[in-house]
Amino acid sequence: MRARLLILAGAVLALLLSTLTGCSDGDSGTGGKVRLRFQSLAWQKESVAATKALVKEWNAAHPEIQVQYVQGSWDTVHDQLLTAFEGGEAPDVIHDASDDLADFAYGGYLADLRTLLPSGLKADIPARSWETATFGKGVYGVPFLQEPRVLIANSKILKSSGVRIPTPEQPWTWEEFREVAKKLSGKGRYGIAWPLKEPVSITLNLGLSTGGRLFHREADGKVRVAFEEADAAVPSVVHDQVNVDGSAARTTLGMGGSDTLPGFFGGRYAMAALGFSYRQQIVQQAPKGFEWTVLPAPAGSEGLAQGVSPQTLSVAEDSPHKEEAAEFVGFLLRPRNMVRLAQGDWMLPTGTAALKDPALHTARYGWATGAALAGALRSAPAQSVRGYPEWKDKVATPALQEYYSGAIDLGQLRKRLVKDGNLVLARYQR
Amino acid sequence: MTSRTSSTRSTSSTRSTGSTGSWGRAGQYLALLGYLVFLAFPFLWLISTAFKPARELGSLHPTWIPRHPTLDNFRQAFDEQPLLRAGLNSLVAAASAALIAVVVATPMAYVMARRRGRLATAATGWVVVSQAFPFVLLIIPLFLVLKSLHLINSVAGLVMVYVVWSLPFALWMLVGYVRAVPLELEEAAAVDGAGRLRTLVSVTAPLLAPGIVATGLFAFITAWNEFFFALVLLKTPEKQTLPVVLTHFLGAEGAADLGPLAAAAFLATLPSLAVFAVIQRRITSGMLAGAVKS
Repeated sequence: MRARLLILAGAVLALLLSTLTGCSDGDSGTGGKVRLRFQSLAWQKESVAATKALVKEWNAAHPEIQVQYVQGSWDTVHDQLLTAFEGGEAPDVIHDASDDLADFAYGGYLADLRTLLPSGLKADIPARSWETATFGKGVYGVPFLQEPRVLIANSKILKSSGVRIPTPEQPWTWEEFREVAKKLSGKGRYGIAWPLKEPVSITLNLGLSTGGRLFHREADGKVRVAFEEADAAVPSVVHDQVNVDGSAARTTLGMGGSDTLPGFFGGRYAMAALGFSYRQQIVQQAPKGFEWTVLPAPAGSEGLAQGVSPQTLSVAEDSPHKEEAAEFVGFLLRPRNMVRLAQGDWMLPTGTAALKDPALHTARYGWATGAALAGALRSAPAQSVRGYPEWKDKVATPALQEYYSGAIDLGQLRKRLVKDGNLVLARYQR
Repeated sequence: MTSRTSSTRSTSSTRSTGSTGSWGRAGQYLALLGYLVFLAFPFLWLISTAFKPARELGSLHPTWIPRHPTLDNFRQAFDEQPLLRAGLNSLVAAASAALIAVVVATPMAYVMARRRGRLATAATGWVVVSQAFPFVLLIIPLFLVLKSLHLINSVAGLVMVYVVWSLPFALWMLVGYVRAVPLELEEAAAVDGAGRLRTLVSVTAPLLAPGIVATGLFAFITAWNEFFFALVLLKTPEKQTLPVVLTHFLGAEGAADLGPLAAAAFLATLPSLAVFAVIQRRITSGMLAGAVKS
């Protein structure tokens, strides 16, 4: 009797599985064509449209090399790629950010692009941008879009306060910025919102303007953390704005960039320190008649320098069609196409030819201000430091959060970043 | 006098108990209401967000009822992402996984519940231990196994994973339900001359039906909501399930296309609510059927 039941259950199972295998993948039958999978992380309406349009154009012009657009997600790309690489099923062309590439590059999952890319593309992108995707001696991604952190300001409050309006040529110094934030503060209003839910990259990237490096590569090639005066300059200003001047909103310390927008629109913050691409959300969500402007981040001894981790396009080492994949990357990143991608993502292209496009130099939505900052963007300080993710999560994030909230002082912050930090990095550099 | 006093005391005591009882009941209702509000809040807020235009999403003073309700978020969600196809994939994967899990788990649970011995104890122990493995550890070996079976990027492969994943808990649930069916009923049926199969079909199965339905529902909802396996195992857009497609509305550093995301998420909750609503009736009718039989 039991046997009959088991046979019955087995038969149902077999039937279901045979039905479902009809849904399985059909990658075969390519008819001699090369088929490439391109995993894109474009997510905003315009950027998805621009990317899909470029894929369509490529496919129309290259019937022998067909590209399939695959939608990925920023939130999950690292885990998803890691599994796909391990299983030998990675997409041929991979969209990611340069700060996510180090482990994949050192792990041998990405193709070295130095001999694969068209020379025009190699020459068009400046060396400082190539540095962001260079690991060891190889280049494992093409950096193509980047965004500086800027100050987005409520124009009415700014004008009525009478403060000097900064420009990329004459930015505020950090000291001046601190004074301005005080002036812009008032009853129920803060001068600046610092969304510091993820405080580490903002702190390190803006710290380049005052000469902060934090990570020092020594003669033996090992990296150690040092927190010097130049490294302390930017965090000190933010700390004092929150805890001494009261010109920065304490509540925003735990927020992401999007979370500050309602307060910004409601006049609670005169300025917000945000990525350049947040302009798209502001355009979509700002109340009618709301006037806003884009200002450069404050400058230090190194001028407007700040660190960035550009978006990149890479080719999988396991791809059987690396040359074709690189050819497709070359097509996507032709200057005119790079401009289309940049406009779709509300970011800046890395290519010098694309950056000259008049569409990126209009005053509307602050494009011109952003474009003027492009020359000051550098590789993020932690770009190729192995062990950085652990240092960031276990040491730097809690330490900086405590420092900005006033729970610990600068000496304690230094001790934790350096002493605990070097212990973490040492494990990766044995 | 004494008796009057006693009677008065008694009445007073009854009143007092009645008053305490009604206060207690009011407190219970209040607690229940609070719990319901707590449960409903995210869903109601999701609905509200789904119908709000972009400018209201950025308001410092958000309202429950959208001031200018719009369907734009739904239009945009459907324009930008293949929600229908993803929904169908999710439905096929979740329904198949639930069905297979129940079909496989029911006889196993019956054996484990009725046969007491070392093997059954060891099997039960293994079921418990298997729940302790974080699936992040399993994903790469699983990926390689499925790859060798040519089941990567296949809904069938995903269903296999979901069955394996939900089976231990389904088994655990069903063992409890089987144990709740009195063995005496089966023995009585046997005494009345019913064979083993007849006993199982006519006596045990009706009593077990609510448990089977509840287990199936659990397996369905688990598979419907599952994200990580689907993300890793499905490569092409045609095969992706709803939870994976929903992440396409998210950008870097926590940025989100909130309106279309809420619209799509609201739509994604509807099938599981519908399944729950339909199956809940079955659970009730199954209980009644069991009650009549016993």
